[in-house]
Amino acid sequence: MILNHIIVLIPISLLVFSFITFLLGTVRRSLAYPTALVGSAISVACSVVGLILVLQGGPIHYYLGGWPPPIGIEYVLDYLSAFMAVLTTFIGFISIVYSRKSFAQELPHKVVPLYTITLLLLSGLCGIIVTGDLFNLYVFLEIASLTAYALLAVGEKRAPVAAFRYVIMGTVGACFYLLGVGFIYFSTGTLNMADAAKLLPAIYDSRAIIAAAVFIVIGIGLKMALFPMHSWLPDAYTYAPSAVISLIAPLMTKVFAYVLIRMLISVFLPEYLSDVIPATLVIGWLAAAGIVIMSIMAIAQDDFRRMLAYSSLAQICYVALGIGLANPLGLIGGMLHILNHAFMKGCLFQVAGAIRYRTGLTSISKFNGLGKKMRWTMGSFGIAALSMIGIPPACGFFSKWYLMLGSIDAGNWVFVGVIALSSLLNAVYFFKIIEKVFFAQPDDDIVENAAEPPKEMLVPIVIMAVAIIALGLVNVYIVTNILEPVVNHVFN
Amino acid sequence: MIAKYKNIVVNIASRVMAPFMMLYALYALFHGHSSPGGGFQGGAIMAAGVMLLRLTLGKERSSRKFPVWLAPVIGTTGVFIFAGTGIVTMLGGGNYLDYGFLPFPFLSPSEHRFWGILIIEIGVFLGVSGIMVTIFDCLTAEQE
Repeated sequence: MILNHIIVLIPISLLVFSFITFLLGTVRRSLAYPTALVGSAISVACSVVGLILVLQGGPIHYYLGGWPPPIGIEYVLDYLSAFMAVLTTFIGFISIVYSRKSFAQELPHKVVPLYTITLLLLSGLCGIIVTGDLFNLYVFLEIASLTAYALLAVGEKRAPVAAFRYVIMGTVGACFYLLGVGFIYFSTGTLNMADAAKLLPAIYDSRAIIAAAVFIVIGIGLKMALFPMHSWLPDAYTYAPSAVISLIAPLMTKVFAYVLIRMLISVFLPEYLSDVIPATLVIGWLAAAGIVIMSIMAIAQDDFRRMLAYSSLAQICYVALGIGLANPLGLIGGMLHILNHAFMKGCLFQVAGAIRYRTGLTSISKFNGLGKKMRWTMGSFGIAALSMIGIPPACGFFSKWYLMLGSIDAGNWVFVGVIALSSLLNAVYFFKIIEKVFFAQPDDDIVENAAEPPKEMLVPIVIMAVAIIALGLVNVYIVTNILEPVVNHVFN
Repeated sequence: MIAKYKNIVVNIASRVMAPFMMLYALYALFHGHSSPGGGFQGGAIMAAGVMLLRLTLGKERSSRKFPVWLAPVIGTTGVFIFAGTGIVTMLGGGNYLDYGFLPFPFLSPSEHRFWGILIIEIGVFLGVSGIMVTIFDCLTAEQE
């Protein structure tokens, strides 16, 4: 019986547990962490069971309140959303495990609200993933955004200003998305994605639908920090608390990239966004420009977290490049890169947090010789960095490989060149750190006294690093069983 | 800290008005099915009553009636009632938030839905009033 409800339990378990966390945390502060851990563990279990059910029996549809669509709200767990749900809840669980020591050091008085809001953020992200309703997606999008603003704002002294910029840009993005949904609603009279996809082809030439598509693409582009609309991201990521950023950096922009893919494959069909209005062409070229420019910006940074933020911007452009190609191989590459980059960037930001926890260092120029003192941490960093550069068998190689194949398939040799060039640029900024960390001699007392972070932080870091290799080894399974059905469904 | 407002007319008037505002909030909540009103509106009026006391009597005096820590607890309890109702309907065999499956004995399906929506509205009422007072308290909180 419970299996019927598994899809709604993914966001609801997190939602309910965020309130239980607050109530128990008010009684006793030390109860907040275990409660949050239990809540996110339940959501991981639900999403894994959901993925297994989808792999066995195909997509699951669930009608909230028993009202069938198009009147009621429908939740859909198909291959793509089941895959994203497992990714999101798993990264959420790992970062909650990781967060305890970090919060205890940085923000000991705010632990209860932080865990409450973290669970609420995860609930919003899971809701975005499983919903099959355009307006319901907006509601969850606002839940995820508002909680993310709050989490990013509690960091260092400059964090509130950075978060405020994010509030402005994020609100504009959400508002554009809502305008687009409004246009779709008054043209078709439906908010259900599957229903809208059926009704839209008849009125593809209508100006309202063109405006809707443009508004939605720009709005989601702002939210996912697509290249020219990215200015809010570096500051927000740099000044946030380290445990928060190791949750938000892997998930937020990726989930919005998922929304863009969802719009491309489930609402407007690819032939509309690539032929009738050249949206995917624009996304693709912006992404190509963004990959190069953001990689160069990353080379120029000295603050480790800021460098990772710029690197995130370059990586989200890979996903956008896959969307922009709008052909089967490119889309597989983009979706696979969502998964790979979530693990790589999660690992890297956790390493940054661990270094900060033990030494307080954030500046790359002072990292000399850190590898000898923090072997496991920096070893994991090395794996993640090699994966970012794209060296097999780490997973980063495979998504770039599919993106390259997609570009060749589309006959777009410029994109092939951009991907190759950006791998070189990635190598430049990661080898700069690898050289300092592993081959330079310690020249600083702080580094001399550094030690491995506590086990609660080290274990998540190592798990992420192992997962990077493991995902690289099992990527064929993921592609053939999960991603190819998504693509085949769209392009046939 | 907001001090007590030094004007006897304002003080007495707000102390008379506040209980009636809260009573009207309950009316707006329970009469929301058949007339304008509902959980959100009722909750906003309820919070306005508390805020009026906070503004005129001062925070110290008014928190004897309505402590600062209580507001977020009420807010979360409210949303918890909302989400919990959905879980109860799932245990009753229906989909999430399908009020027809609430375990009320001796009631017809339409009455199930009537009482179900009222429970939801109570949850919304508590949630909105708690969170609005919390926001007010945070905005007027003293710097540490």
